[in-house]
Amino acid sequence: MNHRVFLDPRVALVAATMSAAVLCGIVTAQQAPPQQPNFDAISVRSFKVQDNVYMLAGAGGNVTVQFGNDGVLVVDTQFAQMADKLLAEIARLSGNKPIRYIIDTHVHPDHVGGNERFRRAGRAIVAGNVAGDVRGNEGATVIAHETVAARMSQQDGTTPPAPGGAIPTDTFFGESDEVFFNAEAVRLIHQPAAHTDGDVMVFFRKSDVIATGDVYVNTSYPVIDTARGGTINGIIAGLNRIIGITVPRDKQEGGTMVIPGHGRIADEADVVEYRDMVTIIRDRVQEMMKKGMTLQQIKAAGPTSDYDGRYGATSGFWTTDNFVEAVYRTLGGK
Amino acid sequence: MTLNRTRAGLILAAVIVFTAPRPAAAQVNLVGYWNPLVADEDFIERVPGPNVGDYAGLPITDAARKRANTWDASLLTLPEHQCKPHPSTYGFRGIGVLRIWEERDPATQQLVRIKTHIQWQAQERDIWMDGRPEPSELEPHTWQGFSTGKFDGDVLVVRTTHLKAGWIRRNGLPLSDRATMTERFIRHGDLLTHVMMLQDPVYLSEPLVKTNGFAMAPTGTMEPYPCRPAVEVPREAGEVPHHGINDVPATREFAALHGIPEEAAAGGAATALPEYMAKLPSLPIVEPKGDPNEGFGPPPAPPAGRGAGPGRGRGAGPGGAAPAGGTGRGRQ
Repeated sequence: MNHRVFLDPRVALVAATMSAAVLCGIVTAQQAPPQQPNFDAISVRSFKVQDNVYMLAGAGGNVTVQFGNDGVLVVDTQFAQMADKLLAEIARLSGNKPIRYIIDTHVHPDHVGGNERFRRAGRAIVAGNVAGDVRGNEGATVIAHETVAARMSQQDGTTPPAPGGAIPTDTFFGESDEVFFNAEAVRLIHQPAAHTDGDVMVFFRKSDVIATGDVYVNTSYPVIDTARGGTINGIIAGLNRIIGITVPRDKQEGGTMVIPGHGRIADEADVVEYRDMVTIIRDRVQEMMKKGMTLQQIKAAGPTSDYDGRYGATSGFWTTDNFVEAVYRTLGGK
Repeated sequence: MTLNRTRAGLILAAVIVFTAPRPAAAQVNLVGYWNPLVADEDFIERVPGPNVGDYAGLPITDAARKRANTWDASLLTLPEHQCKPHPSTYGFRGIGVLRIWEERDPATQQLVRIKTHIQWQAQERDIWMDGRPEPSELEPHTWQGFSTGKFDGDVLVVRTTHLKAGWIRRNGLPLSDRATMTERFIRHGDLLTHVMMLQDPVYLSEPLVKTNGFAMAPTGTMEPYPCRPAVEVPREAGEVPHHGINDVPATREFAALHGIPEEAAAGGAATALPEYMAKLPSLPIVEPKGDPNEGFGPPPAPPAGRGAGPGRGRGAGPGGAAPAGGTGRGRQ
């Protein structure tokens, strides 16, 4: 995997961790307010994943980039403050190819914050030589699940308004959508009620790479935005869906590569390890609920304690307590 | 005259031999086939397999103990678990043949990497000798990890990072993907000693050190090890086998099976120290139940009533040797 380092990785990691927490709107009174990263101190690192699919890391969610003769397709745009750095790296990787498509995996600003800047930097493909650049001046096409556009248009009454230019231009409802781009079938797979109610995973069928958004992360327990329709069972269904799509090359390694919403590049075995963990914790909480235990009793029983050293947190935006509470609430606990 | 010429020739030859340029890394040669000496060291753990619940002498954390106590060997029947190889942090404790070979730059003959291959599940590994840096923390983790090596005298010292989450024993004791390993390969003629030191901030409270012996196999061969997963047990979609955290812990079952203190069976760094022996008499013993030799001979009759808790079908899974060269899915 090729990569280019622009910054001390420790600085970037701290920034990425902080930025991962900036999922505004999920913060409750009990949670610590998210800290804004120092964007000036964060640069972009790019990693070749497979074929012409790259992962870009900076502040916020991972960005996936696919490029070729048709131009550039981008999955997620991180924070607005990172846009110029990301665009510069994408131009370097692609040889200044125009951005044609932007796909939003979900509504949170650490994934769609750069939409407006990215869109204006790109150009949609419209009618080729017949219509010229008539619509091309509008910028790149931004695709998302319809709930993302609705929330960014403030139709849900809670999400902070997004600039008009940041709102998706093409939306879909139902299970999936698709784009054929750079000689590759690209499938957009909606995962209902997982991290949010508008999650989309993007599968590059020829390159054999899936970008999962925050349905799968390997930096923490799953972040479940219950205020926007996220549920633990949706997360687990999403993880099983990823496992159903991925095919390991040999000995349960490689093959289909997985770009998580946050964290390192993964493959099926990594998702299996994570799916097992999340499922076991869900089962434990569910069993305790069946016994009539309260949320406080469940937390005290430590249903996550054997995994906390790897995925847990006692402070910050998304603590272990937050996770257990989200599991409890979305399993029907009052 | 003839004598003088011979003497001069010998001196010249010696000068050539001892002053000719030598590769900077002219170290001991590890190349060849090596058979693991499983009968000499940790036989029970490495061949028939450990009992579930036996963590004695291992510096594990409470989190590791809890994970292992809720681990169910049935997990290994899930198709996505069947073809996992041993990670490099465990593979050298298996019973598969080990092959070691070198890859050298054809122009300079400098050692680029040492490769190892262990038969079971074709565990193949690169040990980079060219001084390359570790990859970013965002690069993929693999079963064998990213290894760099250097010779310290005649000892090959290897450091490994970027590991997938694995295990330290075939009874559910986990190792996290934050673990690292330092190894030493020490050759004594036709014997090879492999020393491994594992560190894991999540599941080990102290470094875990293990040694493994190998004997040179001049006529060694390596068989392929294909593996294709299959549905072995029909299950509900998304089911992940595991035991409940309120079930009787596996350590208690193990302690009851052997009539030993549960605290000792539960492991931890203290149980690895000689002075722990003095503490043992003061610890309550769980009454023996079942046949402590179960698994190493004919099954006891009747088979029911194993352990102190309700029969829950615990077991270390298919722990025996897998068929050589076959497609067996058991753990070796």
